[in-house]
Parts: sequence; C-alpha cells; structure tokens
Amino acid sequence: MTTLTDPPKESFRLSMLLNDSRYRSITIQIVALIGFLTLIGWLLNNTAQNLADLGKEPSFRFLTQPAGYDINQMLIEYTNQDSNLRAAFVGLLNTLIVAIMGCIAATVVGVIVGVLRLSNNWILARLMTVYVEIFRNVPVLLWIVFTMAILIETLPAPRDFRGDTPEASMLLGDTVALTNRGFYIPEPLFSRSLGDVSLFGQSPLRFDVSLDLIAIMATLLAGVLLAGLFAKRADRIQAATGVRPRTWHWRFGVIVLPTAALLAGLGLHFGYPELRGFNFQGGTYMRNSLIALWLALSLYTAAFVAEIVRAGILAISKGQTEAAAALGLRPRRIMSLVVLPQALRVIVPPLISQYLNLTKNSSLAIAVGYMDITGTLMGITLNQTGRELETVLMTMLIYLVISLVISGAMNVYNNSVKLQER
Amino acid sequence: MTDLSYVRTEMLSERDPPLSTTGVIGWIRENLFNGLSNSVLTLASLAFIYWVLSHFIPWFWSPTWNGTSLGQCREMIGAAGKESGACWGVINERWPQMLFGFYPVEERWRPILAFVLMFVALIPVLFNMISRRWNWFLLALVLFVTTLFVASGWLAVVAQVLLVVAMIWIGRLILVTKVSDRADEIKAGARRLPNPLMFSAAFVFIMPWLLWGGTVWAPIATAFGFVVGWGAFRVLAPVAGSLVAMILGVVAAVVWWLFLVGPVAAGLHGLLPVGLEPVQSRNFGGLLLSVTIGVVAISVSLPLGIVLALGRQSDLMLVKWMSVGFIEFIRGVPLITLLFVASFLLNVFMPPGTNFDIILRVIIMATLFSAAYIAEVVRGGLAALPKGQYEAADALGLDYWKAQRLIIMPQALKISIPGIVSVFIGLFKDTTLVSIIGLLDPIGLSNSIRADVAWNGIVWELYGFIAFLFFIITFLMSRYSMYLERRLRTDHR
Amino acid sequence: MKRTVILGALMAAGFSAGAASAATLDDVKARGKLNCGVATGVPGFASPDASGEWQGFDVSVCRAVAAATLGDPMAVEFVPTTGKTRFTALASGEIDMLARNTTWTFSRDVDLKFDFIGVNYYDGQGYMVPKELGVSSAKELDGATICIQTGTTTELNLADYFRVNGMSYEPVPIETNAEAQQQYLAGACDVYTTDASGLAATRATFEDPTAHVILPEIISKEPLGPLVRHGDNDWADIVRWSLNALIAAEEYGVTSANIDELLKGTDNPEINRLLGTEGNLGEMLGLDAEWAVRAIKANGNYGEIFARHIGEDTPIGLARGLNAQYRDGGILYAPPFR
Repeated sequence: MTTLTDPPKESFRLSMLLNDSRYRSITIQIVALIGFLTLIGWLLNNTAQNLADLGKEPSFRFLTQPAGYDINQMLIEYTNQDSNLRAAFVGLLNTLIVAIMGCIAATVVGVIVGVLRLSNNWILARLMTVYVEIFRNVPVLLWIVFTMAILIETLPAPRDFRGDTPEASMLLGDTVALTNRGFYIPEPLFSRSLGDVSLFGQSPLRFDVSLDLIAIMATLLAGVLLAGLFAKRADRIQAATGVRPRTWHWRFGVIVLPTAALLAGLGLHFGYPELRGFNFQGGTYMRNSLIALWLALSLYTAAFVAEIVRAGILAISKGQTEAAAALGLRPRRIMSLVVLPQALRVIVPPLISQYLNLTKNSSLAIAVGYMDITGTLMGITLNQTGRELETVLMTMLIYLVISLVISGAMNVYNNSVKLQER
Repeated sequence: MTDLSYVRTEMLSERDPPLSTTGVIGWIRENLFNGLSNSVLTLASLAFIYWVLSHFIPWFWSPTWNGTSLGQCREMIGAAGKESGACWGVINERWPQMLFGFYPVEERWRPILAFVLMFVALIPVLFNMISRRWNWFLLALVLFVTTLFVASGWLAVVAQVLLVVAMIWIGRLILVTKVSDRADEIKAGARRLPNPLMFSAAFVFIMPWLLWGGTVWAPIATAFGFVVGWGAFRVLAPVAGSLVAMILGVVAAVVWWLFLVGPVAAGLHGLLPVGLEPVQSRNFGGLLLSVTIGVVAISVSLPLGIVLALGRQSDLMLVKWMSVGFIEFIRGVPLITLLFVASFLLNVFMPPGTNFDIILRVIIMATLFSAAYIAEVVRGGLAALPKGQYEAADALGLDYWKAQRLIIMPQALKISIPGIVSVFIGLFKDTTLVSIIGLLDPIGLSNSIRADVAWNGIVWELYGFIAFLFFIITFLMSRYSMYLERRLRTDHR
Repeated sequence: MKRTVILGALMAAGFSAGAASAATLDDVKARGKLNCGVATGVPGFASPDASGEWQGFDVSVCRAVAAATLGDPMAVEFVPTTGKTRFTALASGEIDMLARNTTWTFSRDVDLKFDFIGVNYYDGQGYMVPKELGVSSAKELDGATICIQTGTTTELNLADYFRVNGMSYEPVPIETNAEAQQQYLAGACDVYTTDASGLAATRATFEDPTAHVILPEIISKEPLGPLVRHGDNDWADIVRWSLNALIAAEEYGVTSANIDELLKGTDNPEINRLLGTEGNLGEMLGLDAEWAVRAIKANGNYGEIFARHIGEDTPIGLARGLNAQYRDGGILYAPPFR
C-alpha cells in the first residue's frame, strides 16, 4: 500500500503565463483588457482634442435652455419656452405611444394573417402570402413615406367638409372625421372628474396623471381578477363532478358592471369633433404622421409576425394534434390546450425581438415629421444647438434602455416557459 | 336455383368521379367554396383584388413613357382621354441615375461586372450543386463578354483569345466526361481543376478595386498582408509557441496594412502603372450605393461577427463581457442613431485631421451594426451543433483554434448561412436610411429628382420604382434562403 | 501635408482627404477638386439633372470659386447635405465651403464658428395660402395648420411670430420641400411657410399658381450666403471675393458675352482691376491675375446666374426685388475692387 502524496508543488515561472493553460487565460484577458482600455482611451483623447479644437467642450447646459420650437403632438403640456429636456421628454412619450400602439396592432394583424396563411381557402391563403412577401421585401422607410403619401392624397382635406354641399362628410353619425391631416374621433370626457395628480413638481420631467384613468384601470383589473376566481372555481367543480357550471355571465358581469357604474358615476360623455375655423375642433385628434407611422410600422412588422406565427403552428408536430384528437378533445380545445401553449414557446421569443425592431424602427418617424425622440432631441434640438455629441449619445442611451427593458422582459418569460430538461 | 335472373359476370370499368369533385369545378369547390364562411371570405377576397386592380391597372397603363416633364405627361394623359395616370417619363429619363447615381457613364461596366463576378464567386459558397468545371467556365465566359464590351486594342484581343481557349478547353472537359465518370476519375486520383473558392477569396480584393478603381497594386499589396501575417505565424510558431506566434502574426499584418501597403503599392505603381480610373465614393448613388454598402458591410462584418460570437461563447470572463456589451449595445440602438454617429461623430472620434468620406463612415457603422447581428446568427449556429462535435474535437487532441477551424466553424457557418442571408436582406433594406443623413440612395435621389422643376410633384412613380427594385432583389434572396433552409433541414417530418 | 493612410484596398479609395489644415487653398489645389456642400435638392438652387450634373443658383457659386482657384468650373465635387448635416460637414473639413441657402445668424457665425462670407440671396420667411381660404394677412392664421421645413431657422421664427401675436397653430414639420409641397397641395396643411424665394419657386410649379397667394407679411430676415470654417481667413477671402466679383461684374456690365472684349482693356480702372489687366488683386489673394475672369466666365455674372436659374424667365420666376443692384433699388452692393 502506498499513500497518495501531493505532487511536488511547482514553483511559478513566468513562462507559465503563456504555456500553462491555467494561467494563460488570465494573460489573454489582461492583454485584451489593456487593448480595450487603450482603444477607449485613444477614442476619448481624440474626441476631447477634436472638440476642444472646435470649441465645443461637452456640456449639457443646452438641456435647460428654452427649446424655442413647437411640437404638435403633446401628451403633457409644453410650450416653446420650455426647456430642451422637456421637449425631449415629450418626444420620448411620443416614441413610446407609437411603439406600444404598433406592437399591439402588429400582433393582432400578424396573428390573423399567420393563421389565414394556413387556411384551406386557396385564394385567401395566396392573398395573405402576397401581403407578407410585399411587405417583408420592401424597406420600411419606403412603407412609411408611402403610407403617408396615401393618407395625404386619398383622404379629404378639412376644407372639403365645408360649405353647403361638402365634398366629404363625417362618418358614424357625424362623430368621426377622417381627414388628410389626421383622424378626429370622439373623446371621452368626465363631468365629475376626479382631477389629476401632478408628479415631479416643477421639474422638466413633470407630468399629470388622470385619476379617472387610474380608477377605471383599477376597477377593470379587479373585475378581471374576480372573473379569474370564478373560472378557477368552475375548474374545481368540473374536476370534482365532471360537470362544468355555467359561469360566463358571472365573469362578464363582474368585469362590466362595476366599470360601467364607475363611468356613470364620473359622468362620462363624449366630445365630438366639429369643423371650426381652419380645423376640426374637439374630439381626440390623431395626426396623420402618427397614423402613417403606426400603420406602416405595424403592417410591416405584422408580415414578420405572421411568418413567426405560421412557423410556430407548423412546428407543433402532427402527433400532438392526433394524440389530442385520440383523447377525444374537440378541435377548438386541441388548439387552446395542446397546440397553442406549445406554439407560444416557439412564437414568443422571436415575437419580442420583432417588438424590439418595431420600437427601433419607430425612430424613422422623422421621415413623416412625427415628433418622437429622434425628431426632438436628435432632430430640432440637435440642429438648433449644434450639440451633436451630447444629443446623439443621449438618444442612443434612451433607446438602449428601452431595448434592455424589453429584452429583460423576454428573458423572464423565456425562463418561465423553458422546457424543464432532466 | 335457376331463377337467378341476373349475375354480373364481368368487372365494371371504373367510372369517373362526379364532375363536381374533379377538375376545375372540383378544385374550386374544394378550395374556395367549402362552407359558408369560406365562400364569404373568397368573395370578399375577390372583391378586394378587383378593387385594387381596377384602380391600379388604368393608372399603371399610361402612355407617358416619353414625357419630358410632369406638365407634358399631364398633356399626354389628357390627349389619351384619361383623367389620371402615371407619368413614366421620369423613370425613362432617370433610371440610369436611380441605378448608378453619379458613377461616370463610361465606367458603369465596372459595377455591373463586379456584381456579376460576385455571383460567380458566390456560387461555390451558396450552391454546391455546380461542378468546378462549370464554375470556371462561367467565369471565363463572363470575362470574355466583358472584354467584348469594354476593351479594345491588341491586349484585349490577346485576352479574348486566351479566354476562348480556356473556355474551349474547359468546355471540352465538360462535354467529354460525364459527371459520374468524372467522380470515378477523381477517386482514381485524376488531377482536378483548382478549387473555385480561390477565385472567391481573390474576389474580396477584386471587387473594391473594380468599384473604386485606382492602381491594381493596392488590392494586391493588401492581399499580401495576409501572406505576411501567415508567414510570420509559420516562422514564429515553432520558436515562440502558437499563441504568441498568432498574436505576432496579426501584429505583423496590421503593421503591413497600416504603414507599408501605401508606399509599396505606390512604388509598384511607379514601376508598372496598371490601374483603373479612380471613382470617388461620393459618386456612388442610387441602388449602387445601397448594394455597395450592404455587400461591403456584410463581407467585412462576417469575420468580425465570428470573432464576436466566439468571444461571447468564450470561457474568458472579460472577453465574454466585452463581446456581450458590444453586441447588446449595437442591437439595442436603432440604425439611424448609428448613421448619425457616422455623419456627426465618427470624425470626432478619430485623431485630429483624419477625414473619411461620409460613405466610408457609413460603411464602417453599417459593418459594426451587422457584425452584432451576424454574431448572434453564428452563435445560434454554434449552439445548434451537437455537444459531441466539441467533445470529439477535444478527444482528438485538437487545440482551440484547430478545433474551431477544422470541426466547429465549417459546420456552424453552414447552418448559419440562411441567417446570414436574412441579416443581409435586413441590412440591404435598411441602407435606405442613409437618405436621412443626406446620401443619395434611391430614396434620397427621389427627393433630388423632385427638386428638378420638370419633375416637381411626382410621387408614386418614383416610390413605386424604388419599391420594385428592392422587392426583386430581396425577394430573390429570401427565396434562396428558404431553399437553403430546406436543403439544410435534415429532420424528416 | 497630405498623409494618406491606406488600410486595404477599400480604405485606399475612401480615405480620400488628408488633414483639414489651416491652408484650405493648398488642400483644394492638391486635391484638384473643390468640395462644395449643397442642398440635396431645392428647385432652382441645387439639384442634379438627368446626366448627374448639379445645376442651380447655389451650385453656380461653387463653380465660380472652383474656376477662380483651380481654373476649371467643373472641378467641383458636390456633397449633398441636409439641414442637419451641413454644419458638421463643414466643421469636420469634409467640405471646403457650404453653399446651401443658409441663413446668416449670430449664433452660427459666432457660436458654431463659421465665417459667412457674404450674401448671395436676400430672403425672408413668408406664408403661402390657397386663395379660397380668403386669408389676406398672417394675423388671421390663428388655429391654422402650418407646414414647415425642419432643420432651418424657420421653425423658431414661426414659434416667435405666433407667440408674440398671441395666436395658436399646429406645426407639421417636414424634411424636404417636395414633401411639404405635396402636403400643402393636398390640403393637409392650410399654410406653407418657408423662405419667400422657396414659396415662389414652389408656387411656380403648381398646376394652377394663381390659386395660391403669398401673404404680405415677411416675418424674418433671411440673408442666405455661402460660408466657410472659422480660422482660415485667406480661404474666406477667396470665396468672399469670388462672390463679390460676380456681383461687381453685373454692376460694371461685365458679362460672359463681352468679357473677352473687355479683357483687351477698358477705360474703367475698376473693371480693369477686376479683370486683372491692371493692378495685382489676384496676387494679393494668392491666385493669378485672371481669377475673376474665370469665375465670371464659369456661369456669367450674378445677374446672368440669377436669370438662368431662378429669374423671371424660368419656371421659378423670382423677381430681383431686394437682390437687385443697389442702383436698381436692391441692396446688392459689392465693396470696391481696389
């Protein structure tokens, strides 16, 4: 019997930094780090020197100076005497609006088209293929300017609504006006409004939140949760007795009734647009820059979403459907219980990266004059102050944060639906 | 038992299925009108198609091809008794400009040749169904046709004769031996034609030279940089170990490119001046600009993307973080902000006094942009390889780089080609964004054309033409990508 | 001075310029080309024709400078710039001069560190409205939707004007003139505002120009002129006096038609000095004696350039107005050549 003894401890030699794989990785990393830091230092040094030569030392003072220009679409109050930072904030909100609206529309259209492409109606499936191919294969910038041109050229101008025999008329009982400046739709108003809360005092990032909106959202959410409880209870009873009690009217009721009561309590009425002076007044005004951008982005992205949905559904092997059918499930339940949950796992990750693309593509807003963050901070502010470095870097940072938030959400989802491999 | 009145004694011949289930009618019933909702959808689709076509065709079919201004177009449309129609005169007058921008007219064969040659060079990469002989034959044919069009003088005649001889020789090979016989011959040790990938590699240097012109020695000297690096590696590897040798090889190549290429190329040009008329990159415009930005950015970003993907997969913490940081940063910002960087900031980042051309700056940013996306595609390819491949490579005792070069990368890249093609499609479409920073790509040119008094007010014709150009190219590429995916798919469902 | 670094064949082609050094003239001469920033497309002022040649009022200034410095009016590389990219292009040395209807303002001259070398077009911001609206004064525009071209001083002027007059408006920011025109014609905005020259030029190309009026209010001063970087006064002098030569040539009646005749010598010493037959003005600029002759021969004098590109006989149809010589009631006034 021999006992194991520790091998003689090797003394560290300099050449081990290169030849010994235990240390070599450290060497490589240090070299890489030095190289990286040198590069960064070199860039910063160049930048500092160039900016000094141009007499434009980095400074963010322009952010607090009055912007001087007007923005048409404002979610928060803003005048041209407000600061550049506030103008950027207005732009950021506009970016978020079009991004959120676009993601919703792209998902809805994309899912419908993706399913219809698999339809057994030959002509419809072909039509959807043509749609997908046309939209995917033409640059999105072209679609944006194209959509804008279509809106401008085909819809009537407000002046066409004027006169005794107007060339155009409002739709839906004079409540909606589609003009080539944008769409005017009825606006919900509250006669017994709860008022607003102002956040962030007097800072450039201040904004008001409508308490009415919060109340409505809270009621709706509570209703949905309650309806979920009803559904759970129905599941329990079904599991115990095999008979599913009828609950849809309860679920419907708890969602709709409290909300309706709240709306009535707040005194909901609608403000309708009417033609006064140069423009329609009243109602909610969706400018056609917003509509064009929204339509183009969502139709373009929807073409990709459709492909993703189709691929997701096709990815579920036929055996799954057949097995479910063999168990006696009806087609609709096969779809909702077997195919969709599995397809979603395939669909959602690329879908979220499409959301990311849509959000980034919304920066093309400047092509139609929609005042998003690119149009304000990286547009007019840059142009009027001449602060290229600061504005471009700030804009990049803002988009980066938005992207990281979205992809963070994607990772959370991915981890929650990941196949538990054993 | 004789009262059986009738017994069929012979087989009846098959009868045709009912008319309503076969032929056109059957197909229509099956595919268009099976059920109420489907019938409604079909009718709605037909109505929609009719509506679109009834508006589009009369507009499209407009006798204005020879109009010289919008006003004249309007007169022509009026003379034809129509209310409105397209004004195709603008396309007739400006299509060369939309395709080539301001590239000198007498030099336009160069971009055409460059992109035809690019196709030839890509054949061995993209399609493996074509034999080497066919590939070389195509190359000789393209060059021959080019000399017919552009060259003259005794040099051209010599080149033509040589090319014809080459074509006859290769053509004879193609005709004489069948493909299957040839395979046997090769197995028996017959000498093969050189691998066409050699031309593909050389083409990387030929293409910029064709597009931008200048002395022929510049691309040759640049290509020689790789020889320098490789030579340094081979010489140093036995002495200093492979890692050090590799680093030094790269350093040697970089030193060559940074400091020696210029003087060497200039010196050689002094000895033997061969070259093409230089063309400034600001003369690139229209579709040529889009294609150039797309192709150059993708080709340069390919090696960059592979390095980034390897970095992201690496065990080395710092290298991994740097790769992840770069990739996520680039993927997190819109391309337009990177183009603004190209337009406003890139010169500021460089040492004082450097001044790149705006198009080169755009290409640099587009390269960084696509490198991040390529890295993700390649990472997907790496992840899709079975673990056994890595383990087998380790078991054979290959070091990291050998394993990557011989085992991992060839397979991973092959899986990644469809992804790379779609990155290219995306980048190619996104090159239209350069119009926002004032470059005259097709969309930028359309604005300039509309600033011409004769064409002020034209909208649809230009946008439609641009959309058509992009559609053709990207559609073909996406079809190719789908074909490739089918070919690469090995699971049988 | 020119340090060409070649990084591969690609860069060899793209790395075109050396240092943006103090001596712009030397750079231009070494390069053999003048890099001139122009608009991507403004009718009458700068646009490429079917053969890719740039044409227009601003373009002619570039050609005159190229003729004066390099002897060849065609030795110009035109760099199309947008309202946003123009100043960076000039500051970074990508272009040697900018001739892109740029308004001479205090902050651009002082803060952005440029030298405006003169004015080649006196303009002012105006409003155009369709006649059928029945508007006769800008004061009646309360609540109107207004198309503006972004990237200019226009949006600030507009904001100021409406704020001072206590009116509201709906701005529709647009990048290019072509798109603005499209929106305005379709009625997507009630009013189009930009420089009055632009309004007139745009109106001239309408199917029915008489259906639109340009309101009498001109709400700003817009002296448009070429500019160069701060710091190279020699170069600024060359560009400034090339422009002045064109203006002076018109004043003295020197045209591209009679210039060869006048070169033989005249009894007007001012003309002689301008044409280099007397004195040594060219030498003082660091050029030869014939510099102004070439500049004038390139496209003719100021009046000829004006008439060819934007004058009353062109579709643009602008009257000389403020841009007439001071003797004819305008404010165009070249300093003496002495």
